[in-house]
Amino acid sequence: MTPNVLILRAPGTNCDLETAYAFEKAGATTERIHINRLLENPTLFEPFQILCFPGGFSYGDDVASGRILANQIRFHLAEQLQAFRDAGKLILGICNGFQVLVKTGLLFPVDEPEGPWATLAWNDCGRFQDRWVELTVHPQSKNVFLRGLERMYIPMAHAEGRFVTRDAQTLAQLEANGQIALQYSPLTMPRWEDASEKYDANGILAFPDNPNGAIANIAGVGDETGRVLGLMPHPERHIDATQHPQWTRRREQPGEGECLQVFRNAVEFFR
Amino acid sequence: MLWEIDIYPKLGQTDARAVEVLTEARALGIGNDATEVRSCHGYLLQGDLTRQQAERVARELLADLVVERPVVFPVAEAAEGEAGETLVQVLPKPGVMDPVANSALKAIQEMEIPVEAVRTFRKFYLRGLDEGQREKLCWKILANDAIEQVVVGPFTFEHLEVGSPYVFQRVTVPIREMSDEELKKLAIQGQLYLSLVEMQTIQKHFQDLGRDPTDVELETIAQTWSEHCSHKTLAGRIAYRDERQERTFQNMLKETIFASTQTIRKNWGEKDWCVSVFADNAGVVTFDDAYNICFKVETHNHPSALEPYGGANTGIGGVIRDPMGTGMGAKPVCNTDVFCFAPPEMSLESLPVGVLHPKRVMRGVVSGVRDYGNRMGIPTVNGAVYFDERYLGNPLVYCGNVGLIPVDKSFKKTHPNDLIVAMGGRTGRDGIHGATFSSAELTHESETLSGGAVQIGNAITEKMVLDILLEARDRGLYTAVTDCGAGGFSSAVGEMGEEIGAEVWLDKIPLKYEGLSYSEMWISEAQERMVFSVPEEKWPELQALCDSEGVEAVVIGRFVPTGRLQLQYQGTQVADITMDFMHHGRPPVVREAVYTPPTEVPMEVPVKEDYTDDLEKILGSYNVASKHWVVRQYDHEVQGGSAVKPLVGVNNDGPGDASVVRPRVDTMQGIVLSCGMNPYYGDYDTYWMAASAIDEALRNAVAVGADPGKIAILDNFCWGNTDRPETLGSLVRSAIACHDMAIALETPFVSGKDSLNNEFRPAGQEPISIPPSLLISAMGQVADVRACVTMDLKEAGNVLYLAGTTREELGGSHFGLIHGKKGGAVPKVDFATTKATLAGIHRAIQAGAVRACHDLSEGGLAVAAAEMAFAGELGVTLELGKVPYEGESKPETDAILLFSESNTRFLCEVAPEKEADFLKALEGVPTAKVGAVNDTDSMVVLGTDGNRVVISADWKALKEAWLKPLDWK
Repeated sequence: MTPNVLILRAPGTNCDLETAYAFEKAGATTERIHINRLLENPTLFEPFQILCFPGGFSYGDDVASGRILANQIRFHLAEQLQAFRDAGKLILGICNGFQVLVKTGLLFPVDEPEGPWATLAWNDCGRFQDRWVELTVHPQSKNVFLRGLERMYIPMAHAEGRFVTRDAQTLAQLEANGQIALQYSPLTMPRWEDASEKYDANGILAFPDNPNGAIANIAGVGDETGRVLGLMPHPERHIDATQHPQWTRRREQPGEGECLQVFRNAVEFFR
Repeated sequence: MLWEIDIYPKLGQTDARAVEVLTEARALGIGNDATEVRSCHGYLLQGDLTRQQAERVARELLADLVVERPVVFPVAEAAEGEAGETLVQVLPKPGVMDPVANSALKAIQEMEIPVEAVRTFRKFYLRGLDEGQREKLCWKILANDAIEQVVVGPFTFEHLEVGSPYVFQRVTVPIREMSDEELKKLAIQGQLYLSLVEMQTIQKHFQDLGRDPTDVELETIAQTWSEHCSHKTLAGRIAYRDERQERTFQNMLKETIFASTQTIRKNWGEKDWCVSVFADNAGVVTFDDAYNICFKVETHNHPSALEPYGGANTGIGGVIRDPMGTGMGAKPVCNTDVFCFAPPEMSLESLPVGVLHPKRVMRGVVSGVRDYGNRMGIPTVNGAVYFDERYLGNPLVYCGNVGLIPVDKSFKKTHPNDLIVAMGGRTGRDGIHGATFSSAELTHESETLSGGAVQIGNAITEKMVLDILLEARDRGLYTAVTDCGAGGFSSAVGEMGEEIGAEVWLDKIPLKYEGLSYSEMWISEAQERMVFSVPEEKWPELQALCDSEGVEAVVIGRFVPTGRLQLQYQGTQVADITMDFMHHGRPPVVREAVYTPPTEVPMEVPVKEDYTDDLEKILGSYNVASKHWVVRQYDHEVQGGSAVKPLVGVNNDGPGDASVVRPRVDTMQGIVLSCGMNPYYGDYDTYWMAASAIDEALRNAVAVGADPGKIAILDNFCWGNTDRPETLGSLVRSAIACHDMAIALETPFVSGKDSLNNEFRPAGQEPISIPPSLLISAMGQVADVRACVTMDLKEAGNVLYLAGTTREELGGSHFGLIHGKKGGAVPKVDFATTKATLAGIHRAIQAGAVRACHDLSEGGLAVAAAEMAFAGELGVTLELGKVPYEGESKPETDAILLFSESNTRFLCEVAPEKEADFLKALEGVPTAKVGAVNDTDSMVVLGTDGNRVVISADWKALKEAWLKPLDWK
């Protein structure tokens, strides 16, 4: 079947159109729906196979990124979201969508007495950054969205993207669960530099290759089922060849951008 | 009860705010090694809530428990800092926009917890500072008096209420009896900023009517007639003379810039691609079969001088509303931002009173643009930053926006009896007198006088309005729309109802807080508001649409066919003016303008054996140095249409000439955005400064692939006090150049804006005027972005061609700047050759014969070649003897060929197999093979004698010199 994608909008969402376009290019049909409609009528989820939280600044990211939208979901739509996933459907959160997912409890527990398992904190550099990064798919990842992919060259654009866990055990648990999906990796090296020098004693890759200082260089996390993915960088911004920052250096252009496969994987899951 | 929630970084997390404060304090020489700072941020919650509820709000909403630690207590129990620490708290002044508090309040109310009001604050515990230093730290770093208050010690207040009930009282001003002295006094004290002749005209008008005006009538007239809204100086009568001519203009702008566009359009006839010029909020041109595109650039200089963050924030927020308010509403697709600051390394002691440090201004401005543009989801793709000491008290902030608009939605028409609907943000006391303020000179007292004109924006409110506007437009729910900019409702309703008449019920305007007088409601320039004219039968559907996404929209009046503007408050008429008097009653401004070009003195060009050092210095000068610190803070890729980014090359850090975006992700057609400006040339001749700015904007656009036959340009004049004939003369002269150049190149101006009186008067001193600052912004087009090229060198073995003629033109150059040398000839433009060169480069790019292309601007050939080399991480050789040169004799020194800033020149990388194609495309244009690309780390330049090396550099060192000056943490 052709999956139908619910692109969730909220005040301040601003990547909904290009994300819808990416899904359509991959063969899906899409509908953009405002959070108020879902709050009024939670059964609106039902006819969809894929739910996507696109990028932007939901509610201005006031208080903390994604917090207010996440609370609306946590307090009013948690069951529906759980049921959506348990029905074998897919959920994708990109950038602000990932920031929301992290705070909803769908990826990992957020209401234990010791606090949430993890969060996305302010970038180490202290400010918003827009740059291209190299991602490696974690070898143990079982995430549906990343099937057949080993790496991606992809843009990030955020101020609050430093993945940080509550403690070392939590990080180990995420890894053991196969939930670590994507990690920042060294960009193509100039010929006079050595990649190994780019990691600090804790194994964290230096800025800007790891643009925010995330622990274990984590850029994306899945849930335990592998049907939910959240990531900070923007796959919908690399679905065409001319979105690549160095496409003018290439003699021949590929037919598509490196990240279209993320959306195609979602569509093919339902074929 | 008032609760306080402090949010500290958890143990082990960096206190980033404190680190930043300390770093800045060190940079400004405040405190010493013993100085310590720790900080937190927090919220004040007013309401009848229990401790348990306050704790829940802290844990579930306000704090991120992985990295933060909340502390909750009633304000009455607030404590001092630890021993030896002074507690300093900073919070927005009452009534200043606090978006985080607004959002937090809504979210807490959704949790069904009884909170009525919220305010945010920042808290600092300072150690090791005496009182004087603490004071300095507070006002130089921690807070800005224009919008914030500082509380030393714990909070002692018990309530957060803002405003008090307003008791209506109709106010009239007895203008009929006033003497000229009294009229002048009224103009200044009432912040009307009108001239005596204008005040007398108003007096006469009301004498004829046999009554005195109300306060709001006077305010309305003052705003409509303000420089900011009516451009009365430049659109007024000017008697101009210079060394060549004497000319009297009835309307200077109309007879120069507008006239050139009319001439061009007439010559084009059916091929005319302009749609709407100098008429709507933005200039509109054709794009494809379904869409047109529109473009507007505005300035927000005076607010940015007082509160850089808020000024720039509302500057970009305001200009985005221009395309939104063009035709029936355009979708904003990209932003451009150009700034002018004083050099950032000034010492604190050398700053005049009332002036913010340039580094603080720059940081604030960049953050302000960043936070608004990024939140709106509009890519900021183009910009520039210029530095000159004369911008110290009066920085310039130009913000621009391009919108995409369906062909059949490009025009609007208000109909009689349509409802007047206000949508978006509520109205507060913010921004009052912004329009008249922006037309006045800044003094060291401006801050206290005009604090109300400074605002903070709330981008999400504007984004919500945009979402509704596009949907309502496509459903046909209104007949016209415009933005509430300078002059607020007064100017928006006045413009929309100019041909009809309007009746407004001021008591219907939604307010942020109580206490505004009817007059304040009418003239407030509160942000994020749009005005629609809505047929009565469409209103229920529009209202329902707004409700569905939580956007506030209210009917505040009706466009009634009376030809009058009538304002009522709770049924009482408070204003009744004819539209005719408002829009046509202003007495013409008559000014004198004189220009005497400075006598050209030759530059004593330093003659050297080796110029490597000079090249490195120019690359490291602020104007040329990399702006990556700025560029990377803007999202330049949102909306998915990015095709050529602002930074290009192997390492994504080379200085691109222009950016290209696809406004529709489903097609390959692109918009090219670029700009041109050079205030230094204005010191020599503003005619050639203007011509050079146009040349630069165009060659930047053409260098990436824009079709020179379809580039629309905008003018933004920022000048000093034009009451001085010489200052106005220098402006008129540049407007004449704009006219001449536009016609010669068939490049139409489609919109523009001016900002006069950009001067700063330090206490007890003569005013400092900014240099003449004409920004030319260009919006070009490419049929298929896949034909675009970038400036980074691509492959060893390719050759380098230089197109365009070099002359001895070092006047205003960066070579002169680094040597502290004045004099020399300012770069001129040879109109005919320019047109042919731009066309030739475009042909060559279209033919696929160009692998890289870079225009020659500040620093000339040497800088262009160096930038191409380090962006492509390839070596380069140049032979100066091959450079096409024009002059009375051979150049006396190689410095001229290396660093002259002659216009209309391009350095192109061409593959050997494409050389014939390239030369064919450039037939008739002076073009020569001047160098080659290799895979070394070096840049080598041979002098004119053919065997002496005049530059020999490692391009990695050149790149380092270029990256470093503005690489801020």
